[in-house]
Amino acid sequence: MSTEIASTAGVPDAPAVRASRPDGKWLIGFALPVFLALAWEVAVATQIVNGRLLPTPSKVIMTLVDLANSGELLDHVLATLWRVALGFVFGVAAGTLVGAVSGYWTIVRRVIDPSLQALRNIPSIAWVPMFILWFGIFETSKVILIAVGVFFPIYLALSGAILGVDRKLVEVGRIFRFSHREMITRILLPATLPSYIIALRSGLGLGWMFVVAAEFMGAEQGLGFLLVDGQQTGRPAVILASITSFAILGKLTDWLLASVSARFLKWQDGFKPAE
Amino acid sequence: MLDISGVSKRYPNGLLALAGLNLAVAQGEIVAIVGGSGCGKSTALRLVSGLDMPSSGSVSLDGTPVTAPREEIGLVFQEPRLMPWLTIEQNVAFGIRHLPAAEQVSRVSEALARVGLDSHAGHWPRELSGGQAQRVSLARALVGRPKVLLLDEPFSALDALTRGDLQDHLLDLWAYDRPTMILVTHDIEEALFLADRIVVMQPNPGRVRTEVVPPVARPRDRLNGEFLNWKYKLLRELDHASRPPSGDESFPAAAI
Repeated sequence: MSTEIASTAGVPDAPAVRASRPDGKWLIGFALPVFLALAWEVAVATQIVNGRLLPTPSKVIMTLVDLANSGELLDHVLATLWRVALGFVFGVAAGTLVGAVSGYWTIVRRVIDPSLQALRNIPSIAWVPMFILWFGIFETSKVILIAVGVFFPIYLALSGAILGVDRKLVEVGRIFRFSHREMITRILLPATLPSYIIALRSGLGLGWMFVVAAEFMGAEQGLGFLLVDGQQTGRPAVILASITSFAILGKLTDWLLASVSARFLKWQDGFKPAE
Repeated sequence: MLDISGVSKRYPNGLLALAGLNLAVAQGEIVAIVGGSGCGKSTALRLVSGLDMPSSGSVSLDGTPVTAPREEIGLVFQEPRLMPWLTIEQNVAFGIRHLPAAEQVSRVSEALARVGLDSHAGHWPRELSGGQAQRVSLARALVGRPKVLLLDEPFSALDALTRGDLQDHLLDLWAYDRPTMILVTHDIEEALFLADRIVVMQPNPGRVRTEVVPPVARPRDRLNGEFLNWKYKLLRELDHASRPPSGDESFPAAAI
């Protein structure tokens, strides 16, 4: 299609996109964590909770600051981010390809779906010894483990969503003599985009979960390593600093993905919840 | 020339939806197929479009069998079926993706101008009314300049005012490069207003009951006495066609 035809200049933004613009309302999302942190701080100060095993938020923040000042935090964060990014890219690519093919061709679905449904129920940690044997203890096994975690939600959502695409839209493609590839790329994938984007976010979340298991496999850097290090050296503040970093990075990457993907869903005419 | 010869369609569940349809449509002719539910009129259109294959018989266009959807045959569905993720201009360009970019742009602009929606080129389908969306669907079918345009109850979901407006508009569009048109409808007035020839079908199994060439001069006036007289006759014929078989199976066309 021409670039001219592809242009959508002048089209007003959908309400969903307008709603994502900063207007201060997002700050309300901080209310709950701030309240919990304060309650936690008070509980330790009044000795309701033992601060040695459950360090206060202020102590966790100080630990994060110390780790950041020493440069250690950045090294761990970058190592983990890199693994998640690579695992996510490979997992999404494989999940999209296999999900699209399985959704489009019944014979492929019949052959591979039962096996994949069985494999997806294997806990991530169960793969660790096999992946170490197969791919060694370094980066390859870690990235593959994360990719496996990302693969399944993408595969499941996409193959299922393709089966739910309106037959009438597919008939339009048939009338215009679309090839199999065009049918997938120009009708089925765009039609499943809303489900696909939710699957991407779900896959990214699983990627963050699987990276911890991956970094238990003899990593020398990464937030998962920091977690294990904090446990082995008896520093609960380091453990909580690592957990907090996971939460912040997970939220930030999810926000980034949601913001980027919102641009592709401007056409949606979905329900707009009341304020 | 579009030639439908001895076409039958039996579905896998055993239902004979269409039995021995014969119809020859000349280049530029407008034929309306009317009948009640289940008389096989939409099945016939799907067979002509190449979306489905007949169980027996054949469909050919200018002597070439139609065995799959073809560039020369456009189809407008009952619902607009626009891709919600594409803008209006992208939807119209959907069927001419093989053309060079510059030609796509000029053809899309021209098609949208012809249906009066050139100012909506960058809009999303969700921003259009039902009538506007169906006009885009017409533009999408016509932008490839098909020899044959098939219309499957294209205005049935619209209100009477919009329907009348679009019928006028369809005739204007037809006059532009005069494609052969087959219109499936259950609206007698629509068939009488648009068609050169009306094929009345009856169900169980779907087959042709009679063919009528209304001798009403164009442009046709829906309130003209002759028009209303023919509308009444055709309604009576449709009523006969939808009744269960009795002794009087074949309605004599000459009686109309």
